[in-house]
Amino acid sequence: MATDKKKKPGWKTLQGYDLIIGGGTAKEFKTGDWRTKRPLLLSEKCIHCLACWVYCPDSAVIVKDGKVVGFDYSYCKGCGICAHECPVKGKAIKMIPEKEAKGKEGKI
Amino acid sequence: MAKSNIVAMTGNEAMAEAMRQINPDVVAAYPITPATEIVQIFAGFVADGLVDTEFVPVESEHSAMSACIGSSAAGGRTITSTSSQGLALMAEMLYIAGGLRLPIVLADVNRTLSGPLNIHCDHSDTMMVKDSGWIQIFSENAQEAYDNMVQAVRIAETARVPVIITTDGFIISHGMERIEILDDSEVKGFVGEYKPEHYLLNFDKPVTLGALDLPDYYFEHKRQQIEAMKESKPIIIDVGKKFGKISGRTYGFFEEYKMDDAELAIIAMGSTAGTAKVVVGNLRDKGLKAGLLKLRVFRPFPKDEIADALKDLKAVGVLDRSDSMNGEEGPLCLEVKSAIFDKGAKTIVLNYVYGLGGREIKLDDIESIYNDLFDAVKGKPKDRVTYMGVRE
Repeated sequence: MATDKKKKPGWKTLQGYDLIIGGGTAKEFKTGDWRTKRPLLLSEKCIHCLACWVYCPDSAVIVKDGKVVGFDYSYCKGCGICAHECPVKGKAIKMIPEKEAKGKEGKI
Repeated sequence: MAKSNIVAMTGNEAMAEAMRQINPDVVAAYPITPATEIVQIFAGFVADGLVDTEFVPVESEHSAMSACIGSSAAGGRTITSTSSQGLALMAEMLYIAGGLRLPIVLADVNRTLSGPLNIHCDHSDTMMVKDSGWIQIFSENAQEAYDNMVQAVRIAETARVPVIITTDGFIISHGMERIEILDDSEVKGFVGEYKPEHYLLNFDKPVTLGALDLPDYYFEHKRQQIEAMKESKPIIIDVGKKFGKISGRTYGFFEEYKMDDAELAIIAMGSTAGTAKVVVGNLRDKGLKAGLLKLRVFRPFPKDEIADALKDLKAVGVLDRSDSMNGEEGPLCLEVKSAIFDKGAKTIVLNYVYGLGGREIKLDDIESIYNDLFDAVKGKPKDRVTYMGVRE
């Protein structure tokens, strides 16, 4: 529902009885649109231990070649578990209010 | 028509026999009087290797219906049976089966709901779940119980709406009657193989069923369900006709007994219709134009058809074997009134709530209802609702 900007189907054309055809469809359901805080990665502090990747309940920590590179804000609900679990002294992940997040994508 | 087999069976035995011949993939059930025998007998068929069914004895009726939902969603032809408190305990899951449009068949032996504690017949249990999205078909006797079970599978799977088949507790469930059963091969051919378009165990075409349906979609899905109930009406008629071709017994929404020239009639469901037929016969012998409309399909309610069948009558007595507990009419009478008054009819409609908790209704009782109706037609004032046979 979240990313569905086009007109929703009426009952005559809607897929019957709440049946969702196809596998892995949860991916199409963007759950990140009601976040009030977002995590930002402080790259210079990150030791790439991947604790945040392990703990993230929405698999929203993006890892490339064994290194944390940012967050997938389509799914991140802003729960802050990643920042809480970050073992780095002074934390490599900072939670900021969503309204202050303009232009602050991924990492700083 | 093929050769029939005449046997002596109770209603419970007849329903279990139908289940043996249907040979469902899964039966999940929990015992409760007076429905216990149905699954007990069926468990015997499983133990004797007469069916291929996976029999799941569960710890409650809530679990029974939950297991049935899982089985049906997985793609299996699924049947269960219960009664009264058991149906009440299933209620939450009945709505889910209805909403997810799973074609489960449930044999319900009608028994009152406690309290006060009582195990005998009335229709309170199925009336409690009349709005749960299940087709409800009532049986007059063991023969109809058998016939309805065989038809239920095909109705449910064609309409993708679950079906409850009822019998009156003890009166039909434990009363032995002469019935005709079909050959195993005929039933097998009639119900066919269940081939759902989508099912959870189809790994080539994965689906999700029962996902969260928020305010922006739930209403559309419910609207589809309402339409499915409407669309099940021609399916019920079609299956009833096709069943007639193999059995000689054709079924519709209701049976009109001596209604052609009737001036007044009783509407009843279940075994009481059989008693009323005897009374109608006696009255006809006296030259009185009495009729009976035996309602078979209570859900979907055949509103237009009932209004049409009753349009020439001067008075109608509606027999309710349960009460709405609103201080007014029983549930059947409320719906019959809505059917005929929406058409602008001026028919006199009297309601008789009877038989609660297994209170017997006899020939004399039913005759007194017809007498009331004749009096009412002559202009004598009558109570709008009568609690038949209750001590004042």
